[in-house]
Amino acid sequence: MVAAKTIKTLVNKSELPDNIKEELYNKLIEYNKKYKLKKAEVEAIIEETVKEYKKALIEPGEAIGTVAAQSIGEPSTQMTLNTFHYAGVAEINVTLGLPRVIEIVDARKNPSTPIMTVYLDEKHRYDREKALEVARRIEGTSLENLAREMSLDILNYEFVVEIDPERLQKSGLDMEKVQRKLESSFKSAEFETEGYVLIMRPKKVGKLSDLRRLSEKVKKHRLKGLSGVRKTIIRKEGDEYVIYTEGSNFKQVLKVPGVDPTKTRTNNIWEIAEVLGIEAARNAIIEEIVNTMREQGLEVDLRHIMLVADMMTLDGVILPIGRHGIVGEKASVLARAAFEITTQHLFEAAERGEVDPLNGVVENVLIGQPVPVGTGIVKLAMNLPLRPKRE
Amino acid sequence: MQSMKKVIGSIEFGILSPQEIRKMSAAEITIPDTYDDDGYPIEGGLMDKRLGVIDPGLRCETCGARAGDCPGHFGHVELARPIIHVGFAKTIHRVLESTCRECGRIKLTEDEIQEYMKKFEVVGDRKKAKDRLIKEIHKKAKERMVCPHCGAPQFPIKFERPTIYWELRKDEEGNEYRHRMMPSEVRDRLEKIPDKDLPLLGLHPEKSRPEWMVLTVLPVPPVTMRPSITLESGIRAEDDLTHKLVDIIRINNRLKSNIEAGAPQLIIEDLWDLLQYHVTTYINNETSGIPPAKHKSGRPLKTLSQRLKGKEGRFRGNLSGKRVNFSARTVISPDPMISINEVGVPIAVAMELTVPEKVTEFNFQKLKQRVLNGPEKYPGANYVIDPEGRRIRLMENNLEIIAEKLDIGWTVERHLEDGDIVLFNRQPSLHRMSIMAHRVRVMPYKTFRLNLAVCPPYNADFDGDEMNLHVPQTEEAQAEAKILMEVQNHIISPRYGGPLIAGMQDHISGGYLLTREGAYFTRSEVEQMLMFAGIEVEELPKPDKKENGVELWSGKTIFSLLLPDDLTIWYRNKLCDDPERCEALEKLIEEKLVPDEEEVRKLAYDGFTYILNGKLLSGVVDKKAYGREDGKLLDIIVREYGVERARQFLDQVTKLTIWVITHRGFTTAIDDEDLPDEALDRIHEIIREAEERVQRLIEAYRNGELEPLPGKTLEETLESNIMAVLAEARDNAGKVAEKYLGMTNHAVIMAKTGARGKILNITQMAAMLGQQSIRGKRLYRGYRGRVLTHFKPGDLSAKARGFVTNSYKSGLTPQEYFFHAMGGREGLVDTAVRTAQSGYMQRRLINALQDLKVDYDGTVRDPSGIIVQFKYGEDGVDPMKSWQGKTVDVDRVIVRTLLKVRGRR
Repeated sequence: MVAAKTIKTLVNKSELPDNIKEELYNKLIEYNKKYKLKKAEVEAIIEETVKEYKKALIEPGEAIGTVAAQSIGEPSTQMTLNTFHYAGVAEINVTLGLPRVIEIVDARKNPSTPIMTVYLDEKHRYDREKALEVARRIEGTSLENLAREMSLDILNYEFVVEIDPERLQKSGLDMEKVQRKLESSFKSAEFETEGYVLIMRPKKVGKLSDLRRLSEKVKKHRLKGLSGVRKTIIRKEGDEYVIYTEGSNFKQVLKVPGVDPTKTRTNNIWEIAEVLGIEAARNAIIEEIVNTMREQGLEVDLRHIMLVADMMTLDGVILPIGRHGIVGEKASVLARAAFEITTQHLFEAAERGEVDPLNGVVENVLIGQPVPVGTGIVKLAMNLPLRPKRE
Repeated sequence: MQSMKKVIGSIEFGILSPQEIRKMSAAEITIPDTYDDDGYPIEGGLMDKRLGVIDPGLRCETCGARAGDCPGHFGHVELARPIIHVGFAKTIHRVLESTCRECGRIKLTEDEIQEYMKKFEVVGDRKKAKDRLIKEIHKKAKERMVCPHCGAPQFPIKFERPTIYWELRKDEEGNEYRHRMMPSEVRDRLEKIPDKDLPLLGLHPEKSRPEWMVLTVLPVPPVTMRPSITLESGIRAEDDLTHKLVDIIRINNRLKSNIEAGAPQLIIEDLWDLLQYHVTTYINNETSGIPPAKHKSGRPLKTLSQRLKGKEGRFRGNLSGKRVNFSARTVISPDPMISINEVGVPIAVAMELTVPEKVTEFNFQKLKQRVLNGPEKYPGANYVIDPEGRRIRLMENNLEIIAEKLDIGWTVERHLEDGDIVLFNRQPSLHRMSIMAHRVRVMPYKTFRLNLAVCPPYNADFDGDEMNLHVPQTEEAQAEAKILMEVQNHIISPRYGGPLIAGMQDHISGGYLLTREGAYFTRSEVEQMLMFAGIEVEELPKPDKKENGVELWSGKTIFSLLLPDDLTIWYRNKLCDDPERCEALEKLIEEKLVPDEEEVRKLAYDGFTYILNGKLLSGVVDKKAYGREDGKLLDIIVREYGVERARQFLDQVTKLTIWVITHRGFTTAIDDEDLPDEALDRIHEIIREAEERVQRLIEAYRNGELEPLPGKTLEETLESNIMAVLAEARDNAGKVAEKYLGMTNHAVIMAKTGARGKILNITQMAAMLGQQSIRGKRLYRGYRGRVLTHFKPGDLSAKARGFVTNSYKSGLTPQEYFFHAMGGREGLVDTAVRTAQSGYMQRRLINALQDLKVDYDGTVRDPSGIIVQFKYGEDGVDPMKSWQGKTVDVDRVIVRTLLKVRGRR
């Protein structure tokens, strides 16, 4: 049996990165309890770990970019194309599989299915009613959502909305509030309520198409909640309630009282970059790709995905992978020309008098020289002694 | 042969000035014709001999070389009037807008110029930032309506695609009118722009003066770039570029004579525009806004831009990828008897492909014999290269003379032989394991032979797949292939750090048959299988038991023979369905670390694999032992005993298990899906019940009693409820079927060991198919309110919406068959769409990332030296050498070391 302190000093002396040191230390303590290790054994184990670690280190020159691209591209052939699957929450559609990966890699500003997972603070976390309260604050509601029937009264030049009392109550609004809200936003019309019927009457009688246009605006006008958030669903996870939203408005949701801003998340990477910064966006890209891959049952090493995310966020803004992003910004004319829109790139290069330094891979393939990765980075020349001629 | 190696350091881009074009021109071309009536190139014509020659026998008048040696020389055409270059039309517009029409200065104040100059310095080479800056300057300068330098009033300039510019002028009274700026006027303005303002416009003062974007002289590419071809009928067909040049010269000559004759302005301008059209389409025949120039047959001409663009263009088609020599392609077929790093090469291929081998004193005799054999007799040679670098083709009549002359310093291009290194490839090459190095085994017949274990990396099967083979020609290439690309170096995939080259299908079923409890073999069987698998043992281990005087060996004992003797590993395998028995063993191992063999044998359980010091004591081998992705045993062997040992293990294990499976007999047939009547009755009962429940749900829906789920409409709620009921029914039916099918059933063996298929496939064959779906929904499309006319409109019942209650064995009804086909079609469409999408995504990913590499300091950098990651993957570990992604598998290291220190008794 070796003392924990001895193990600690021995581990700390070794040439290992900190996280492995820690893991090794914990494991050694654990095994020490079980098997009563001797000092020599601990030393042997540490030595072996160091050897193992050094053996696993990557070699200089390794073309990891290509390997990463292949490691993500190859399994994507096996992914399903089924856009809509149900992940976790059965009620909300999420884009998954290949379309989702493409969406992330393209760095689309508006993902096709934005979703937020809103965690609640200590006060609202454990009570369904309180969670519902927060959800009401978040959920964007418009007249359209509340209406049972909507019609244009052409004769009286009116827009008549019959409101569903049940939905109205659920949303936490009442007729008066609705009327007030609309009145303050639309100065060009008068609003009138009669029981559960709301009537909009423009102040100026004009063309029918004007009425229609105005009614469309009124219909879509947000009465409460956050813009962009359409539907909210409350689910119990463990012992706390969590709100899932269809649609995302990350910046606003963090300010809503009752929301725990440290845990709340969205799947819209641009919003994360804007609100939390580029490092957070990098982590979000990694996590989104990892989750999509895992959901499809495909294993991809984290390092490959990290490289893609690092490349996308290198400049401090999210760059898509493709013509408008990373490839389009390459320094080399030939690399850009070999990818897409060949001639434009050449004309532009001529115009600016660009010089291609030929230090990338494609450029050297194009001109038939060794590529500067892998064995191509070794620069070594040797004069072999020539064997004397045979008699 | 030996030439000085020149390295291209960098490539500069720029615009040719008229002086440069004239200077590099070998001839002025004035005649819009190619050959005279005798088929001889016309002087001053487009096939002028000064531009190089393509006809054999003629000599180039510029360099004197013959066709093939002469690289060709440019000519030029003096244009009668300046012409806008389409490629730069947009830039010309931008430059015109940003500069003063009187003095030519950029319309920025001196202060602004200074400011932007500074900004340019800060931006440096960053392309996007530079683009943005140029755009900003343009916007600012464009809006200035009075020149800050000379005070002249400015007018907006309208650009009409592709090459027309209008100036929206105002006369003294303030009336607006449009003035067409002819190219000569444009050029005059551009000439006025001083050099010092050019950088702000994104132009380079020496390499691209703006006036050079308006052509006054047109370079004529050499003949070698646009060779004419002679058809069988003897008619010459000219290249598209030549056709276009003929048009240009013809119109140019007409324009010239009209100008000289003093023709009216209108006619001249018409001709000028026509010339502009021809030059435009000569440069880019897909310019939007003008009709593409057509060939006589109506096919659009392939002009300069079209030659470079796109997948088949110069860049992607001829420079990024090339056609090569020393390659072969044929159908592949399996051969379990060759090693995983070998490839069977048909003798016909081996006699066509050659490897250059330098003659030394060590191989002199051998190569002399090869030369004597010549190209017709198998281990022979096709060419020899003498020390002066002359290639001599070996033919029946010169074999002996050359063999006599052969000496050290010569090179013999000999036939492919056993042991040569070749690259083997199957498209689509999605990852680096799609091209691996194999060793040649020359074989009879006409197909490439490969070991079954290398099918997964290539994604190959034998339903007619073809593969390519390349022979590396230099020692350097061969050495790199051998060290970096050989198959055994790729057993572990860099994608997930687990084995990719592994046993499959019969290897896994066979492994189960060999190692399961109760599998015993007689002496002769054991000797045969060891012989077959190529396992060398000095003597057989002691027999495990004796029955009626016959010595019997258990499969586990035999399997242990091909394991390294100090290997220890334990894990729950795929057959583990009794966690208690696994736990008992795990506890024993944890307590004792090195338990007694007898103790383990007492607890032995097929679902828990335990190998102690190279002896398989408990459990079977299945997909988790040496299968793809989760082959733990194989993984450990590769990492702890090296790739060569792993190759040997794979070769032996596949052969051994194949022997077992062929000699024991293994087949699956329709009676594997037989279920007893009671099982079928229960399945029918499940189906009936499910249908009833669906009916009740529909009724509830119709009566408005159904409670909608949150966030869903009533219809969606109904659908998802029905789907849940039916899915449950299928699962239950499957469970019933599973209960009656045991491990004696071969289909079940395959599914459970992970050899092929899933239990689901068996239940679909034996019990029922279940719900067919399109886009995750029940079938609904077809007729109005129904899928098929056999049902009533609006019928929501299970059967009407694609629930198939029959199994493959019992046979589908016509309606069910159609539903099944609908579901199947979705799958096919999906695959087709997916391959296109993921292919493009991968191309983009590769283009974006390919330049990244790990530097000597462990950082990841792009070619300009920018650091992308300070330490690759945050821990600097190669995913291929990691333990399923982990930096180091600490548990394994501790256990392994402990066993080494305490273990072997």
